[in-house]
Amino acid sequence: MNKDYFHSVTLNTNMCKGCTNCIKYCPTEAIRVRNRKAVIIKERCIDCGVCIRICPYHAKKAVTDSLDTIKNYKYKIALPAPALYGQYGPEFSRERIVLALKQLGFDYVFEVARAAEIVTNLSDKYMKNKDIKKPVISSACPAVVRFIQIRFPNLIENLLKIESPMEIAAALSRQEVHEKFGIPYEDMGVFFISPCAAKVTSVKAPYESQKSNVDAVIAIKDIYLILREIMKKEDKITSAPFSLSSAIGVSWAGTGGESSAINEGRRIAVHGIDNVSDILEQAVQGGLDDIDFIEALACPEGCLGGPLTVENPFIAKENLKNEIEQIAVNAAHSNSVDKADNIDEYVWKSTVEYSPILKLDDDMEKALEKMRKIDEITNGLYDLDCGACGAPSCRALAEDIVRGIAKETDCIFKLKERLNIIANQLHQIE
Amino acid sequence: MGGVVVRQYDIPANDFTVAGEASSNVRKILSQLGVSPDIVKRTSIAMYEAEINAVIHGNGGQALVEIDTDKIYIRISDQGPGIADLELAMQEGYSTAPDSIREMGFGAGMGLSNIKKHADQLKIDTEIDKGTTVNITVFFKPQTGV
Ligand SMILES: Nc1ncnc2c1ncn2[C@@H]1O[C@H](COP(=O)(O)OP(=O)(O)OP(=O)(O)O)[C@@H](O)[C@H]1O
Ligand code: SF4
Ligand SMILES: [Mg+2]
Repeated sequence: MNKDYFHSVTLNTNMCKGCTNCIKYCPTEAIRVRNRKAVIIKERCIDCGVCIRICPYHAKKAVTDSLDTIKNYKYKIALPAPALYGQYGPEFSRERIVLALKQLGFDYVFEVARAAEIVTNLSDKYMKNKDIKKPVISSACPAVVRFIQIRFPNLIENLLKIESPMEIAAALSRQEVHEKFGIPYEDMGVFFISPCAAKVTSVKAPYESQKSNVDAVIAIKDIYLILREIMKKEDKITSAPFSLSSAIGVSWAGTGGESSAINEGRRIAVHGIDNVSDILEQAVQGGLDDIDFIEALACPEGCLGGPLTVENPFIAKENLKNEIEQIAVNAAHSNSVDKADNIDEYVWKSTVEYSPILKLDDDMEKALEKMRKIDEITNGLYDLDCGACGAPSCRALAEDIVRGIAKETDCIFKLKERLNIIANQLHQIE
Repeated sequence: MGGVVVRQYDIPANDFTVAGEASSNVRKILSQLGVSPDIVKRTSIAMYEAEINAVIHGNGGQALVEIDTDKIYIRISDQGPGIADLELAMQEGYSTAPDSIREMGFGAGMGLSNIKKHADQLKIDTEIDKGTTVNITVFFKPQTGV
């Protein structure tokens, strides 16, 4: 497998009916229907999971690791994303959830929320730097980062160049376990409990081929029921055997969590990939110069609406709110934040690069020629954007024809034209 | 040669919901053609400002875009009131935008000077009560000599 184009989001061909529902919703026009099956153009996919949500036949899935993979490691560390807490109602407190993870087979639980607090603190410092490009765009959502790499190269310099909470949690948990219990690093396996398909991709195929500190990614939906069963068996407990994050870290699961924790300036929180697309469009035109920080999350209601979650995101939001209210507000920062003095340690070592995959040709002359060809073919089509050809729009079909991956008669109206001509010719022969 | 890609757009008067659509569209085309991101950015900012001016000050108009291998030419024209004193209008901070427009975040008087900053060539033809035409050229490679 080409590591550069590993994707968590994949197609289950058996279940796909070739219905074209997905092609129109894909924000990067990465899906085509060919021979009555959907095909994902790998270079274009950003793993946002929109197609997983939209497919009526559940033919789009996210590849994740099974719970069994934890058996491959001697010492098992779970990194629950804060979105996990939103999956369960008020009777299941965060303490119960974390304890249940231990009973599920993990030796240690390090909340990603704790690392989110650190990122919050670092972001505050980062924002004070006079040299940074504003508006700063959060890099916490890998689908958004990849979207920017493909569609908005001018905004790459606006990205918050700080490691994600997941990566920081992975590194710190190893350190903590080693210091506390003297466990050798090679015995540890670190497992992210994920609401997110894009995070799977960033673990298996990180940007610019850096190495991830996470060993495997387990979907929330795959352990949702087991955890619930475990919790039901246990009496209510009020304290967890691990140190837990404050409200700030937990609030990152939803929308507005990250941005409200930054103390200064005008901050906006945008969620849902179409809304993100609109706001980035505005930013690139220079229309957001009065905004300091953009929190941009690909999923509706942020990670609470991630493709690997179970609960409806709006209910999850209420659950999370309840959880946050339980946390003593004066415990504003947990002790994990003390470790965050050294901002350099967590700043990106290299930046992400523009991936110009929408480019028609390396040679300008040829690219122009192709563009004219696309214009010409588009003019000959019917402006219906019906999707029956398997492309998301008439223009996308024209592009595919010029790129050599489709033909004009894939358009059923063009096919009809052609058949009519043949029928007339046959008629004349008679 | 005739290898030019041409686009035409209508710019509706006082409609902010579609204002900027033409320049956004041109940005996508240039990216597809492989023009470098910073030149795409300069072009789209210059075009956007001219487009918005036609919307706000010119009662709407038309955009013509011609893309060649080495440059993009943009012509934004309107049949609005024209600009009485072009030299004055070009100055940073000069604006006749009414309060209602300013409340929407426009009217800082920076548009024309921004166009001048980002375009390689700029020519403005304007006549009172006839209209204004803004001609913008951006070269894809730095120009040598001339
Ligand atoms: N197409 C036009 N028709 C008539 N008047 C114009 C036109 N374009 C610019 N002007 C005049 O020139 C002035 C300066 O234009 P400029 O674009 O620099 O600033 P602005 O549009 O007022 O504010 P900003 O562009 O910063 O939002 C305008 O206020 C207006 O009086
Ligand atoms: S919003 Fe959260 S769950 Fe959704 S793609 Fe982004 S990081 Fe993943
Ligand atoms: Mg202006």
